[in-house]
Amino acid sequence: MAVLTEEQSMLKDQANAWARDESPVTKFRQLRDSGAARRYDDATWQEISAMGWPGILIPEAFGGSDMDYATFGVVLEETGRQLVASPLLASGLVGASALLLGGSDAQKQHWLPRIAAGSAIVTLAVDEGPHHGPEQLALAATASGEGFKLDGSKVFVLEGGSADAFVVAARTDGAPGEQSGISLFLVPADASGLSVSALKTADSRGYADLTFAGVEVGADSVIGEVGNGFPLLDALLDRARAGLAAEMLGTACEAFDRTLEYLKTREQFGQVIGSFQSLGHRAATLFMDMEFARSCVEAALRAIDTDDPETPILCSLAKCKAGEFLHDMSNDMIQMHGGIGMTDEFDAGFYLKRARATEATFGGQSFHRRRYISHYGL
Amino acid sequence: MASAEDLNSFRDEARQWLTDNFPSSLANKRPPGIAGFGAKLSGDWKSWQESLGEKGWSTPTWPAEYGGGGLSPEQAAVLSEEMREMGAISPIGGFGTMMWGPTLLDFGTEEQKKRYLPDIIRGNIHWCQGYSEPGAGSDLANLQSFAEDKGDHFILNGSKVWTSGALEADWMYGVFRTDKSNKYEGISFLTLDMTSPGVEVKPIVLISGQSPFNEVFFTDVVVPKENLIGEKNLGWNIGKRLLLHERQSIAGSSEGGVVGGSYGIEQVARDYLGMEGDKLADGAMRERIAEQKMFAHAYALTGRRFSDEAAVSGPSAAVGILKVAWAKDNQNREELLIEMLGNRGLGWEGEGFSDNELQAVRTWLRSKANSIEGGTTEINLNLVAKRVLGLKGY
Repeated sequence: MAVLTEEQSMLKDQANAWARDESPVTKFRQLRDSGAARRYDDATWQEISAMGWPGILIPEAFGGSDMDYATFGVVLEETGRQLVASPLLASGLVGASALLLGGSDAQKQHWLPRIAAGSAIVTLAVDEGPHHGPEQLALAATASGEGFKLDGSKVFVLEGGSADAFVVAARTDGAPGEQSGISLFLVPADASGLSVSALKTADSRGYADLTFAGVEVGADSVIGEVGNGFPLLDALLDRARAGLAAEMLGTACEAFDRTLEYLKTREQFGQVIGSFQSLGHRAATLFMDMEFARSCVEAALRAIDTDDPETPILCSLAKCKAGEFLHDMSNDMIQMHGGIGMTDEFDAGFYLKRARATEATFGGQSFHRRRYISHYGL
Repeated sequence: MASAEDLNSFRDEARQWLTDNFPSSLANKRPPGIAGFGAKLSGDWKSWQESLGEKGWSTPTWPAEYGGGGLSPEQAAVLSEEMREMGAISPIGGFGTMMWGPTLLDFGTEEQKKRYLPDIIRGNIHWCQGYSEPGAGSDLANLQSFAEDKGDHFILNGSKVWTSGALEADWMYGVFRTDKSNKYEGISFLTLDMTSPGVEVKPIVLISGQSPFNEVFFTDVVVPKENLIGEKNLGWNIGKRLLLHERQSIAGSSEGGVVGGSYGIEQVARDYLGMEGDKLADGAMRERIAEQKMFAHAYALTGRRFSDEAAVSGPSAAVGILKVAWAKDNQNREELLIEMLGNRGLGWEGEGFSDNELQAVRTWLRSKANSIEGGTTEINLNLVAKRVLGLKGY
């Protein structure tokens, strides 16, 4: 692990202890079993908000603590370990980043203090099909009076069912596949013509599909520049990808730790199964993948914090490497545990389901390989 | 830790010294060979070798009392940045600077350090490493070359194999048996002059057609007692420490994967696979090239991170994964290059192929040794399983 600052080190310990003691995987299991429509626990979200985590990136003037992405990553890694379900990433990182990157003063004044306090959830609505593809979006924003009218749909919006407002990527011009003509809007969840339908997904986290039927928004709802929103959207997505990659790294590290512990305790043929080379070598190879994923995640977060021109490359690298490791680790967690790994009573299934959902969010491994190689002119 | 102000003033000093001593004719050029690994340099390269060695900046963090640079890790990082900025590449290297010197600093007597280190630092002596034997590969401690104690000297008989650069080497360090009744506590760490009577070197021709490795035979070779490093029969720990330095130095060289050779993967892709608009025409190869480049990138970032962490908390057994990754990165890259070259990547010699094409074939074949030399991939995975993950039975 990179050498941490004192502040990061304290936050890491705090997040680790809180997640382990107050929001372990058993809590996530209770939530799933309850079938609650809101896929996170209000009391848990209030505790997270009381610790100030949704305001990590937000300047003190707006009620936050004005820290950086590397520090946010440290916290997300720890919550990822215990599969904590909350809008921390969706709102505290992605929603806040949208406003910090492109929000007007009025938008910031209104939303940032609420995001920091956890009293409002702001999330990003970008994809419209089965695969991540920001250039492919078609949702139409046509000029109407002083503002715009939105028509179209969005799918798989993270914490969409509990959001108070959406950052909506729409097309004011151009055709799907083009980067030009994209604009971002901040749309309140209670806007007339907007319908939100929550999804029940394999990973039991909160997602929703959105339908926009003639949703009227004012000119003051635009985030950034009309028609030239792609660079802003891309920068926002990179922050989302790096933050999610940190969470995924934590999820995979916990799966690794639990599996390693099992290799050291489970006995067959009169010896612990970790003494068999076929398992020991796989564990050592997974350890390598884990260290590689960590290097990439830390480099991506640091690149964002230092405004490094390589940020897009490093964010794709981080999302891809964290995704590859989590993918393999979640499969091997089941295989190395044998039969018990297949039971619902054991937690491995939660890790596997969370793995696939986070892999697909903000671009899977294949998307990021293509994006990465494009940067090298191939 | 040095203050930012001290580091800035060191940066000025380093830049000034480089301006005064680095021949501008060599900027951004790779040395024709490595002093300390077989090359006898001449002209500007020779004078650059001499001034760098005299200053001790070929081994920046080694103690100044033995001729090293005496720099802190932070200063060494600044020096390395300044050298990169100026396109100045050190022509001094080999096993002496990579692993033998650091081991000697840990285990040598004062007299031994003064005897060997200055020539390593200046690149004057080419050292080879006598480790593997016909019956001692992955099970290195099974080595049988026997150094019989004759009071003030040893008499050495036996052989070593896979000895890199032995044909040109001036001296050898290595592990030898001094007690036949004890496997691990019967090994001693010795140095020997390769010109000693009774030393014979035979090159081994590899599948690449080249002979980087050799067999070395010892027949009644006299090795003076002063050449014993550490205590007699307790050389195994010294030998193992040296391997840790070897893996750590591989960590430091991990940048290679990203920079690539003179014949980079991107250029080969463009020239031999063709483009369709701004993308490679072959979509399947495009994804595999991306995977290779991303692995190399992750490897480089990890090497850098491990070096940073080692500067704070010392070398860790986790560097074993870097040796595994280094081999995997090289082998995957070379395989991919050969596949991209198509039938142009099947030449052996002669006029029908370009130099780059012929070199790619030899490099591809040579890379197969990467997962065998310096500890096989399997042995390194064993070590990580045991020392890092704490698994039993390894």
